[in-house]
Amino acid sequence: MENFWQVMNQHLDEIVAVILFGVGFTTLLLHRNLIKKILGLNIMDTAVYLFLASLGYVEGRTAPILTDGITSAEKYINPVPSGLVLTGIVVSVSVSALMLALTIRLYRRYHTLDFDQITLMMKGEDD
Amino acid sequence: MAFVQNVPFLCIMVSMVSAVISSMVPARIARWWTVFLSALVAALNVWLLTFLLQTNESYTYMMGHFPAPWGNELRVGILEALMTIVFSITILASALGGMDKQQSQISRPKQNLFSVMLDLILAGMISMLYTNDLFTGYVFIEIMTLASCVLIMARQNGRTMVSATRYMIMSLLGSGLITIAITITYSLTGHLLMENIHESMAALHASGEYEVPITVVVGLFFVGIGIKSALFPFHTWLADAYSYSTPSASSILSSVVSKTYIFLLIKILYRTIGFEIIQENRVLQIMFVFGIVAMMAGSIDAIGSNDLRRMCAFSSVAQIGYIYAGMGLKLEAGFVAALYHMLVHSLAKSSMFIAASALSDVSGDSKRFSDLRGAGYRHKMAGVCFSVSAMSIVGIPPLGGFISKLYFGQAAFAYGGAHQWIMLLALAVSSLLNVLYFMRTVITLYRPPRSDFQLPEHRPSRRADIAMCMMTAANLLAGFLAQPIVDLISRGLAMFV
Repeated sequence: MENFWQVMNQHLDEIVAVILFGVGFTTLLLHRNLIKKILGLNIMDTAVYLFLASLGYVEGRTAPILTDGITSAEKYINPVPSGLVLTGIVVSVSVSALMLALTIRLYRRYHTLDFDQITLMMKGEDD
Repeated sequence: MAFVQNVPFLCIMVSMVSAVISSMVPARIARWWTVFLSALVAALNVWLLTFLLQTNESYTYMMGHFPAPWGNELRVGILEALMTIVFSITILASALGGMDKQQSQISRPKQNLFSVMLDLILAGMISMLYTNDLFTGYVFIEIMTLASCVLIMARQNGRTMVSATRYMIMSLLGSGLITIAITITYSLTGHLLMENIHESMAALHASGEYEVPITVVVGLFFVGIGIKSALFPFHTWLADAYSYSTPSASSILSSVVSKTYIFLLIKILYRTIGFEIIQENRVLQIMFVFGIVAMMAGSIDAIGSNDLRRMCAFSSVAQIGYIYAGMGLKLEAGFVAALYHMLVHSLAKSSMFIAASALSDVSGDSKRFSDLRGAGYRHKMAGVCFSVSAMSIVGIPPLGGFISKLYFGQAAFAYGGAHQWIMLLALAVSSLLNVLYFMRTVITLYRPPRSDFQLPEHRPSRRADIAMCMMTAANLLAGFLAQPIVDLISRGLAMFV
């Protein structure tokens, strides 16, 4: 039991990230409301960024920006995961924007945000 | 360094810049520019391929000023160049064949956007084929997803909007799994470049550590890319997306976009994680099962549909199943067969979608089989091209589809055991089902029309005719030149590691 708590404590970030990923994933997959689907998408993406950021962070070190002449790599964190997070944020913003735009389109046409209802209405209409 | 070695980089850059410029120039110029651009990419890559065949070795191309373990890289080999040539020819034909429809089905202010998206798909395709960096691969997966979503909904009606939303939701689930897989890979190995990951993975494998996480990574990559390339249980978005969008969109989606994702998966499995590790991994067994099920289920769905383009869409599901089943055999021969099948199917499907739209044009804009009776007489060229592509997919010698089925069978024989019989049986049954629905279609096309049928007003599209003929000729060529192409693929795979 003690061992379990030790592991929990050591890997808290990763565990939280994976739980959040699961929450986001299931929301995106299963929720009927389109806006909540988009929320789920963002939770899922943020969980991945949390995972990445916690990978790159080392307690007591700082961002690798040379200001006071310290060149030892021991003093700095790994900047690559932070770079990946930034890139990922850009991707997720554009994806969310497109999803929101689609949602507005669908709402204007069908006057509901319930995706199941929209599907039903779509099947009923002639094209 | 020879100048020709810059070709992949130049192609990516030119396509990206063209995407930006296409949004500003008149729509007509943007449309023709896409056609010209894909021809240019194909020609440049033919040049590159001849160079690679002479030197007979692959090379990496440094992007930016940072050397290997840190910077971003492209990696260029025979296989990548060959794939780029075929896919850019497919994009060329799809853009040309759908050009008239693009004009009539998309509202005027959105015309340019369609060309922008085609250019972006081209850029994404080239970068995904050539990249040596996992995260770059992910970024271009997303660019391609966004572009394909816009391609689906460019023709605006309820069906395309709903299917674009469904496509986005499924794709985003897939991307989520791919990002988490990349993150875990990074935390296991500390690298993002494929060769460095491979070294670390080999060391991990030798020490026997982290077996479970490696399996998880392989599984996540497989499911993520499986969703995106419409492997069987994840294909729910596909039917409406392919059958209600513009012909160029459905042809590009089925023949280029899904295949590029699969190529990336092959790169990840074969080069990044490493073939030795993959061969011992259970995930490929699951991939094999999924592939076999898709071969059956896609064909059965195709038989059940009474709509020409929907049938073609479901037939794509079955063909994707062939590719996954071939990869699931865990043999080099299986991968070669899968890659060859990717090429052949992308040539056949693109000409099939363009021909299908031409056939429904001469049948009062209807895709129903009952209205399509006699369409083969009303539009002779489309009828012939559709039949040739159908025969290729069914697997009638000497067309490409026959050769790829032959290679799948040989790979299964080489594997032996229960897999051999399952694969051979699945090939036989699935070919039979293919015959059922494709021959039914071809017979419908050449039956006399209903007595009350009146030829509707329609404008024949010469561009679509040219595109169809081109793709059918390419398809025939791929069948006749099967041996050299397969040799090229094997040489490319040997270079891959």
